[in-house]
Amino acid sequence: MNIARLLLASAALGLLAAPQALADTADKKIALSNNYAGNSWRQAMLKSWQKVTSQAVADKVVAAADAFTTAENQATEQAAQIQNLILQGYDAIVVNAASPTALNGAVKEACDAGITVVSFDGIVTEPCAWRIAVDFKKMGSDQLDYLAGLLPDGGNLLEIRGLAGVSVDEEIHSGIVAGVGKHPKFKIAGSVNGDWAQTVAQKAVAGILPSLPEIAAVVTQGGDGYGAAEAFKAAGRPTPIIIMGNRHDELTWWKEQKDANGYETMSVSIAPGVSTLAFWVAQQILDGQDVPKDLVVPFLRIDQDNLEASLEATEPGGVANKEYTLDEAKAVVAGK
Amino acid sequence: MNVLMPSPRLVRAALPALSLAALLVAIWFVQPRAISYFGFNLMLNLAMPIAFATIAQLCVITVNDLDLSIGAFVSFVACVGATWLNATPLLGVAVLLGAVVVYALVGALIHLRNLPSIVVTLGMSFFWLGCSVLLLPSPGGSAPAWLAALVKVRTPLVPFAILVSAALALVVHVGLMRSAWGAILRGAGGNPVAVARAGWSLLRTKVTMFALAGFFGVLSGLSLVGLTTSADANIAIRYTLLSIAGVILGGGEFVGGRVSPVGAVLGAMTLTLAGSLLSFLRISPDWQIGAQGAILIVVLALRALVNRLERRR
Repeated sequence: MNIARLLLASAALGLLAAPQALADTADKKIALSNNYAGNSWRQAMLKSWQKVTSQAVADKVVAAADAFTTAENQATEQAAQIQNLILQGYDAIVVNAASPTALNGAVKEACDAGITVVSFDGIVTEPCAWRIAVDFKKMGSDQLDYLAGLLPDGGNLLEIRGLAGVSVDEEIHSGIVAGVGKHPKFKIAGSVNGDWAQTVAQKAVAGILPSLPEIAAVVTQGGDGYGAAEAFKAAGRPTPIIIMGNRHDELTWWKEQKDANGYETMSVSIAPGVSTLAFWVAQQILDGQDVPKDLVVPFLRIDQDNLEASLEATEPGGVANKEYTLDEAKAVVAGK
Repeated sequence: MNVLMPSPRLVRAALPALSLAALLVAIWFVQPRAISYFGFNLMLNLAMPIAFATIAQLCVITVNDLDLSIGAFVSFVACVGATWLNATPLLGVAVLLGAVVVYALVGALIHLRNLPSIVVTLGMSFFWLGCSVLLLPSPGGSAPAWLAALVKVRTPLVPFAILVSAALALVVHVGLMRSAWGAILRGAGGNPVAVARAGWSLLRTKVTMFALAGFFGVLSGLSLVGLTTSADANIAIRYTLLSIAGVILGGGEFVGGRVSPVGAVLGAMTLTLAGSLLSFLRISPDWQIGAQGAILIVVLALRALVNRLERRR
């Protein structure tokens, strides 16, 4: 029976290799190890993976690209999952990790077994793995750069932070603080935690507004802009410039304001399609390309002129997305 | 008819081993390459901390209590292992010893104040979680090199995880099932009144079993942090329910005194391998928890059948 299976397998390999494959990775298998699927961002991430990789498999760029999600958001469970993927004979494992450190043992085992490991979004610190990180700090400081261009005289800022104690919140916040240092005409007059959710943000902003002087702009972390706008409206105060976070409700509100009174702002967040960038990076590494271990993924920014197009491409209740093609991934790898 | 049937007691003892064997056959069928030294090493090395946690839970279940804090405790030990034990080994060892003493004190408290163990240990789980978060607010740390080297040691022929699990099962089996002391400890859970009348201190048995639970919890946390090489305050939260499931799967019961250390270790391995099998089968993650539950239900249903046979005798 085993011989029959072997023969079958080699026949299958032969078939795959026969029609002059485009890349050397036609017989390679890539797996996605994902720790959580419980919110719209992760759902969009998985959908992008599915869309781009199924096309890649159909084009015979790779042999397989299966997605595995753990049932509970637990590091030990994901470590076991990665070990199972090693046994299943994948050539590369793309990881969105439950913990930056607790998977290191399993990741090291994968590397020792000759498997390429690429982590993204939730990255791992094990040195043998590749990391596709988001420059959250720049996401914070860019907001100040944008505001400085729009408001040369500066003014008071309200900062809406994310979930306390999470590293992403710390990083964006430090970027905003650095931005204020660079543009000293701005001053952070107040700061609340919006937990990246519009209802929480609305409540928090409504609570702090009465104690604040006139606010020129609101700096945010994404998912909180619409709530802030509603809070300002309910308090009867003039609407400041609120930085948005690419969510559908935020873009819709921005579009309404833009049409009504020429309201101007920008929107910035990470695209869930970063999973597809990780896929192409893994494919490039398997192809033998020289890829630096630490890559920085550009975040997705929407400005006044491409608002309509972005809004149209975003599903109601979803997040603006960008899926990567092989060439775009190559550009990121090359550091462009 | 009865002559042909093996005794229910034997069937009961063999059930955990049979479930594990059935699972192995299934894995061999789906993914033949997993049945190798390399494969067992990968599939079972995370079973080692679970086996330790299961034995810790078994100690508590023996005296008719339930420990809902073992997962948080194992996480705490892992955090200590990745921080103090590495930076200042003396302090680390002292803290771990102190943690075992706390476990013993919890046992004493439960006995002296006659409190329900579920409530006390649930409270303790928050205590341990709080300690872990204070110690390691964000994931990180690194395990001492000797610990990481120890748990990853490549033993000849049989993977280290299997050797450790076998030794663990054997030692606890001899201590708890074969020795005179073990009989008293089990008796304190099965029939406390009789044991107390015979002149044994129930307080001492309870403190002993909780201290043992703490000791095995420490071993669980240390082996876990050795494998992962760094820790996270929530790293082992799942172990609470896994350890209870492992004890029950291995032939233990909630009534106290009826436990099987060998079965519990086999149960822990069965649970770990069940996860691997489901992943090899490419069962969608949405169904995996349900499938895991189904495996548990099947084994428990078989057990109920055996119990019936026992009663009919």
